[in-house]
Amino acid sequence: AATARSSGRASGQIRKRIGSYFSFAGVGCNSVEKKIYVHLNYTVPCVRLLNATHQIGCQSHLSGNVGVLHVLESEENVDWVLRSGPNPPYLVILESPLFTRSIMMKLKNGSSRVAGVAVVAPSANPLEGVSPHTTCPNENTGVYTENYDPSLAHCNVTVWNPLGSGLSYEQFDFPIFSLKDDNDTQVIRQCYMDHNRAVNGSTPQYPLCAMQLYSHMSAVTDTATCMRRNDINFSISPEMVCDPLGDYNVWASTRPINNTAKGHKMWESVVIAAARLDSRSFFFEVAPGAESGVSGFVTLLAAAHALRNATQEAPPNRTILYTFFQGETFDYIGSSRMVYDMQNNNFAVDLDNVHSVLEIGQVGLRADSRLWLHSDPVSRKNDSVNVRKLIESLQTAAKGLNVSVNEPGFSQPLPPSSFQRFLRARPIPGVVIEDHQSAFTNRFYESMYDNAEYLNISYPPNLTPEEQLVFVTDTAKVLLLIANIHHVHVLLNQLYKASPRLPSDSLFNMFSVPQVTRMLYGFLIRSNNSWFQQRIPPDFMSHLTDRPTNFYVGVAQQRSELTHLVQYLLANLTGSTANISQDNCQNQREDEKDKESKHMYSYVWVQGAAPPNSTKREGFCVRSTVRLSKALSPAFDLRDYTSKNYSTWTESRWKSIKGRIFLVASHDLEVNFPFTPQRQHMECRFNLHLCFMNFLRFLLTMNWLCTHCRKSGKLDAGIHCSFLE
Amino acid sequence: MTAAVFFGCTFIAFGPAISLFLFTIARDPLRVIFLIAGAFFWLVSLLLASLVWFISVQISNKDSATQQKGLLIFGVVLSVLLQETFRFAYYKLLKKANEGLLTLSQEETMPISIRQLAYVSGLGFGFMSGAFSVVNILADSVGPGTVGIHGDSQHYFLSSAFMTLAIILLHMFWGIVFFDACEKQRWWAVAAVVISHLTVSCLTFQNPEYVGSLVPTYVILFLMGVWAFYSAGGSLRNLKLCITCKDRDFLLANHRPR
Repeated sequence: AATARSSGRASGQIRKRIGSYFSFAGVGCNSVEKKIYVHLNYTVPCVRLLNATHQIGCQSHLSGNVGVLHVLESEENVDWVLRSGPNPPYLVILESPLFTRSIMMKLKNGSSRVAGVAVVAPSANPLEGVSPHTTCPNENTGVYTENYDPSLAHCNVTVWNPLGSGLSYEQFDFPIFSLKDDNDTQVIRQCYMDHNRAVNGSTPQYPLCAMQLYSHMSAVTDTATCMRRNDINFSISPEMVCDPLGDYNVWASTRPINNTAKGHKMWESVVIAAARLDSRSFFFEVAPGAESGVSGFVTLLAAAHALRNATQEAPPNRTILYTFFQGETFDYIGSSRMVYDMQNNNFAVDLDNVHSVLEIGQVGLRADSRLWLHSDPVSRKNDSVNVRKLIESLQTAAKGLNVSVNEPGFSQPLPPSSFQRFLRARPIPGVVIEDHQSAFTNRFYESMYDNAEYLNISYPPNLTPEEQLVFVTDTAKVLLLIANIHHVHVLLNQLYKASPRLPSDSLFNMFSVPQVTRMLYGFLIRSNNSWFQQRIPPDFMSHLTDRPTNFYVGVAQQRSELTHLVQYLLANLTGSTANISQDNCQNQREDEKDKESKHMYSYVWVQGAAPPNSTKREGFCVRSTVRLSKALSPAFDLRDYTSKNYSTWTESRWKSIKGRIFLVASHDLEVNFPFTPQRQHMECRFNLHLCFMNFLRFLLTMNWLCTHCRKSGKLDAGIHCSFLE
Repeated sequence: MTAAVFFGCTFIAFGPAISLFLFTIARDPLRVIFLIAGAFFWLVSLLLASLVWFISVQISNKDSATQQKGLLIFGVVLSVLLQETFRFAYYKLLKKANEGLLTLSQEETMPISIRQLAYVSGLGFGFMSGAFSVVNILADSVGPGTVGIHGDSQHYFLSSAFMTLAIILLHMFWGIVFFDACEKQRWWAVAAVVISHLTVSCLTFQNPEYVGSLVPTYVILFLMGVWAFYSAGGSLRNLKLCITCKDRDFLLANHRPR
């Protein structure tokens, strides 16, 4: 119930004017409701999220917000909505260039006259950058706090996201929906043109075109309030009002680690190679996350694949732990949970085992073909933290590949990255690879425009999906190069010290470009493609869609499509085929008697490809070290819902999200069943008056009755009848 | 759209009928019983007509518009004929019941005259027919929107309510004329009632040209009203006496002690 998809019935087409005297179109399809309402098919709302101190997002009334349509032409036109328009409340239709902070703040301040906003999403990205995220992402839960170093806190040195307007983190009292620029929206515009346009300054006449949006959110105020309300157990079926955000982190190791024995592992020294999975935007479940998420983890997946072959030939003395964190957008849910688990001996290794951290951040854009290695200036001052060696080996690796890799050149804090949570626990050497020297080069950070088009993943026209799948884009080559650097660096660092004999092929082994191409296609264009289909179990087939993968982390109860995909891909890319039956494979064992393998390995039965002359797929078992670890903020385990150290983000629940348009025919727009709160204060006063009058009347009647009964002898004469006294 | 339209249309459609019920029928339990029985008979006629229509639509070709239109006309005619048949059946039933009531009761005179039965059963038919005509429209009128986004006329709710009012009153007049004609064996009057019912029902095919359907309906309503008045025993003299409160028989009959 928490993340119901958009509902809306199917009648969205305009019918021709019915001029004939016969208006019956067929059996059972003529209903009065269809004459009145046109339901919207594609409704993407903005939902309410809560944290320890605030609620953000949008809210509508329980019975929907009704407003007269108004298509906003310019910023000056907002005055019509807020002051001069004669038929408030208005429901404002915005084209996306007008969806800016200044207009939205004006609408927010005049919200008694604004019933809602509908934003028409364009089909192409805008030219100038737009980011609804804050200018300093995750500023309170990173490592740079007042205790650590006050001069670096709150983005004092570098503002990471200068284009950020902070719209995603504002609270609105009206619903804001996103509409696609398609036929339904054309119907809306046409309705506005036909009925609502003010001609030559005259007021538009009734009937007017109006829209009703439903997106009532159950949770209010903050996380502590809504979690407390979750626990109320008055009825047999208690109603939940919110759910914590979270999912699962995906991790794998080059050497098998015993996952059942948690806590410190003797003689184990681990290098964590981290990347972030998730992203977000202003609207619910619209999160293309191309540059902010996909570029990073696809690179890491490619590197993991390359290293598989190399590490099998010459096993390194340090294990590499590939970790893909979920929920990093919302105050580092995944990485804070992993660090917490490591500190509490709840993870396969602990912080003493961690040698260093290498994180791949946003690497997709590579303006002027340079990569930047960010490190933490505070921990570098400590001599035991040897970041210098890391950076040198990375630079050596890059030289061999003709890529320029530099440090920022001045003392700059780390950009928002999962590595910051590790530093919060203890100083560890680590580097974050990014494509920007100081502020983000990503102009659409955490916005709905951060999609394949932004990464220049474009295909020649007239390619079928299968042909697009294998078409090698420039971006694929870019990411490949980065993955190579990482691959080479790791090899240099680990293998060169360990054994003098280096297989030279593996150093410059250009692993297949098609891998990266297919991954980019699958995550950014269409997850239902043949390459992905061959690498997933049969029951996951139905979860693949024809749209780009959604990177929003979602609530903790629902495992997202993305986590599963990354898990299966990582298993295929770092694991090996095992000759085991399907039954044994699905029971995590090598044969019937095996009870030990499940501690070290995980097994997944993938459906594979169909041979050329048959339609039945030949499945096989993949043995790998891929595991899932829970990514739910420790604040919910500790029940500390006002925590300042951990993420406290929750998502509100709702009943129905839908919208419809219709004509309204009189001034009594507000008099609905039940009375909508626009006039509620008036009704309240009116009812109060009624109450008072009735009470007075009751008193007078009782008074009269009493005196009458007394006079006629039915009541004792001694009784006092003055109720008014 | 909204409460105003809902209440307005409800009172337009059912106002006169409810006030007739309250002032002339509600006090007498026997009349109430016969009213409800009449409503039930109308309901059964509708059930039969809809059964036939449903089956015929299922076996027809759903894509052909002319066939569907023809089917609709057939449905309307069949429904009207069935309603009148059931009115006749109810008349027969009431005649038998009246004789039975007479033998059972202590008094010498019949507790309820056939004229009163005609009025009451006609009103019963009218109530049920009106309810089925207009209730689903009223339910949709409560929401915030009004008809018109696809180009339909905006007066949909209002004209439906007025049509329903006409139908309810017409059923009442038809009942009176029909029973009177059956009593006096005047079969041409029965045929006239059936034909006027068919006419009114077929006039609705003029919609959405509401003027073309409502005005003739109200003309027919007025004419049927006058006919029913005369067949119930009214005359200009009675009317004048009643209006000026000089009709002693009426006053005596309706005098109630305090």
